[in-house]
Amino acid sequence: MKGSPADPERLWAAQWTDWHGQVVQRSDDGGRTWTTVGNEFSYEGEPGTHQWYDGTPHPWEFKRVWHLEPSHDDRDTVFAGVEDAALFRSTDGGDTWSEMDGLRTHTTGQAWQPGAGGLCLHTILIDPSRAERMYVAVSAAGAFRTDDGGETWKPINRGLHSEFLPDPEAEVGHCVHRIAHHPSRPDTLFMQKHWDVCRSDDAGEQWTEVSGNLPSDFGFPIVVHAHQPETIYVVPILSDGEHYPPEGKLRVYRSRTGGNEWEALTEGLPQEHFRQNILRDAMSVDTLDPCGIYFGTTGGAVYASADGGDTWTAIAEHLPRVMSVEAQTLP
Amino acid sequence: MSTASTGAARESVTRVRVALPAHLRDLAGVGGEVQVEVEGEPTVTRVLDALEADHPPLRGTIRSHESGARRPFMRYFACGEDVSHEPPDQPLPEAVRSGAEVFRVLGAIAGG
Repeated sequence: MKGSPADPERLWAAQWTDWHGQVVQRSDDGGRTWTTVGNEFSYEGEPGTHQWYDGTPHPWEFKRVWHLEPSHDDRDTVFAGVEDAALFRSTDGGDTWSEMDGLRTHTTGQAWQPGAGGLCLHTILIDPSRAERMYVAVSAAGAFRTDDGGETWKPINRGLHSEFLPDPEAEVGHCVHRIAHHPSRPDTLFMQKHWDVCRSDDAGEQWTEVSGNLPSDFGFPIVVHAHQPETIYVVPILSDGEHYPPEGKLRVYRSRTGGNEWEALTEGLPQEHFRQNILRDAMSVDTLDPCGIYFGTTGGAVYASADGGDTWTAIAEHLPRVMSVEAQTLP
Repeated sequence: MSTASTGAARESVTRVRVALPAHLRDLAGVGGEVQVEVEGEPTVTRVLDALEADHPPLRGTIRSHESGARRPFMRYFACGEDVSHEPPDQPLPEAVRSGAEVFRVLGAIAGG
């Protein structure tokens, strides 16, 4: 779910089940009522194949939407990242979707392989000062950037190191879990990878690991403070096979130095027997001052901090698995 | 009654009763059984075409936009018989055409 930066009353939600497949809905009244919009996501041309888990060719097939990213300034334009990895755009409020196939048809596309959750395009960042520059992240292909509004794309994975790859520093194949940036410094990117937290200060040309003193550098979400571009947050979990925090303690980690030096934020969060995960879309910040931070757990709780992470309160509990948390700051 | 009583111009139109699973009723915004008007001999394809025309939110949720293939977790029943695997352009049974029986779209029991 995402709110439109261009219209605070406009929200987008993607729902998917095995029963009915993909459904996309839009609200124009802040979530009070919803309208079903288009759900036809057709790849351009003959889609061809990508690699399956075992390295064999597998046909490109639409399965579901992983992420919706509204335009910063046009309320009717929204981007959708889907599985199997591709980027779609709607310019008519979601009624129709067109693939931006310059990404999927990149020369490396045939070599992309799915991560554990599928071959999904789960992250879309739009440069707020230069809309023709966008970033996407695909599990498990890596991060890509366009500087021409999506016509052409470039893998931006130099400096990443992934032990599970035959070549740990390959051009593509990295399981990037999330990238984030601050609107005032859009060329500085922060990444939570399958393992490792990384940053880039040149729009992804080169990455540096900044995991520092984190108890585990595995995790899914990463967010940036609304007013402090070097203050970032992650929620470490143990490993790819153990999707819960170390020692059963739910700890958000904050770095005020853009990485490397991290502090545990625990006040108000469960500090024993916590065996849940925090998914990549389930963490968000508002634009109030002080900045509010929000995240949801796979056990159905939503925690909020109104003071930049110093203290936390459960604002919802006993929900189903929280897939997405979005903070929409109303005027 | 096998044809709608709307005059000679529409004598080939048949009203078919359709039952949907709960999540699709919610999506379509309907409370119970719906009726659709099918032009020509009713088949699965024509019933679903009419259903989707009346309720656009259902497009793509029962069958593929592109191929028309039934989604794997959906099943079609007519007169108690599973017609999911029958050719979708095969005529539906007379009891469905007459309105005595409902054409049922069912979701697989996948919710636990």
